[in-house]
Amino acid sequence: MVSKNLLSLQALAARVPDGAMLAVPPDYSCVALAATLALIRRGVRRLHLLAVPQSGMQADLLIGAGCVATIECAAVTLGELGPAPRFTEAVKSGRVCIKDSTCPAIHAALQASEKGLPFLPSRGIIGSDLLRVRPDWALIDNPFPPHDPLVALPALKPDIALFHAPFADRHGNVWIGRRRELMTMAHAAKESLVTVEEVRDIDLMADEIFAAGALSSLYVGAIAEAKNGAWPLALPGVYEADEAALRRYAELASSEAGFAHYLSEANAARHAAE
Amino acid sequence: MSAYSRTELLIAVIARLLGGVGHVAVGASSPIPGAAAFLAQARSGGDTMRVTVLGSRRHNDFTDGGRELFDCAAQGRIDAFFLGGGQIDGHGNVNLVGLGDYPNLDVRFPGSFGSAYLYFLVPRVILFREEHSPRVLVPKVDFISAPGVSAPEVHRPGGPYGLVTGRALFRFDKSRARFGLASLHPGETVASIKAATGFEFDLAPDIGETPAPDGATLSLIRGPVRDAIAEVYPRFAANLRSD
Repeated sequence: MVSKNLLSLQALAARVPDGAMLAVPPDYSCVALAATLALIRRGVRRLHLLAVPQSGMQADLLIGAGCVATIECAAVTLGELGPAPRFTEAVKSGRVCIKDSTCPAIHAALQASEKGLPFLPSRGIIGSDLLRVRPDWALIDNPFPPHDPLVALPALKPDIALFHAPFADRHGNVWIGRRRELMTMAHAAKESLVTVEEVRDIDLMADEIFAAGALSSLYVGAIAEAKNGAWPLALPGVYEADEAALRRYAELASSEAGFAHYLSEANAARHAAE
Repeated sequence: MSAYSRTELLIAVIARLLGGVGHVAVGASSPIPGAAAFLAQARSGGDTMRVTVLGSRRHNDFTDGGRELFDCAAQGRIDAFFLGGGQIDGHGNVNLVGLGDYPNLDVRFPGSFGSAYLYFLVPRVILFREEHSPRVLVPKVDFISAPGVSAPEVHRPGGPYGLVTGRALFRFDKSRARFGLASLHPGETVASIKAATGFEFDLAPDIGETPAPDGATLSLIRGPVRDAIAEVYPRFAANLRSD
């Protein structure tokens, strides 16, 4: 039943322990930004942040607020708004350890976890310096013809997958539609913490069309309602990104003082909304 | 013929490299390649060429999450893709990670994205970087996000096809792992390209001037192409003039 798993945003954030491996989606796919601010307020530390497979404002916020020890990602960028300033500064200064990756390697390593496998092989990558800076990746031979070399990617098993979705049903099933990287993340992680725009008094699994885009409550540890929970990022199909607010973030975050100012402003706005 | 902008010239140059392509995918931060893909699609008659734009809802039919692009590429279902690079060297290696000695970089770029995979698997990868200078086109990249060529035992149906910059078009010769200068954008000479390029390259026997986009091409760019690219790159589209 959803009642026992339905938490406040603060209680949901408290479920993320210091040092956890936390998997998050890219900025265009259902980021739990309100929950991210709640995590920062709670002062979470030493996260191993896994971007699936890239991140933007969310990673920049967590890094700028000192919550992250290690970031594993294919890229972090604010897209048309330029580089992610707190990420760039922290990686250059060595304050945050980076495990550089490539998109399909992150997807495949999560799929290994989905299957309960120790690794999945991948093509590509050989000859990239990524292989040199990732001693945890190994070269193996395809046991079958043409016996070509492959890269073995150890399974990634996040402690928690955190994302935002349009709605959940009364049983704690979450509707994600076509955003199936959320499904992979949720299957691979030990549990998912999900914020939703609303909890609806329906049963997603009783409807063939809804069920096809639903994540089963089997994988969901807790849910919190957060109206506009992705803001200022978009929630695909529900609302667009707030371009002015994103631009303001990009400008302020270019300095440490500006970043602190943005954070206090965002927290105040979020507080007023709750 | 009406005047055109450099952006319109580049869109037209890239679109010509997409002739005969069945499915072209456009990755992150790629407004000019995206516009070129829509232009090539419009010129192909519209129905024979599929364009997938990451970040789009209207021009992206993937329903299996972020991995579907890569799975599709591995199966040979994507014929063309675009990569940029903070640095590109004369062997076609691209660097999307940073400048300096990893991990103590002097300049950090966003990261390798899917380059270390798609460069191997998509047959026609078009490198695009508008800035054409010795700091971008270097003898050797500081970090290889993805290599231009691979040893024969490595599975590699894909790789670099051409390099388009704000000054010129190069073709890539896989057997020699070298670029060859193919055409000069208006105002450039072989000497000016040599001066602006940090790596050595070959000269194609028939180097000419990059053809200007004709009136019909400009009408497409300023009409349907602009409308299509506006969904994902609104700021870029707003700066393309309307017809």
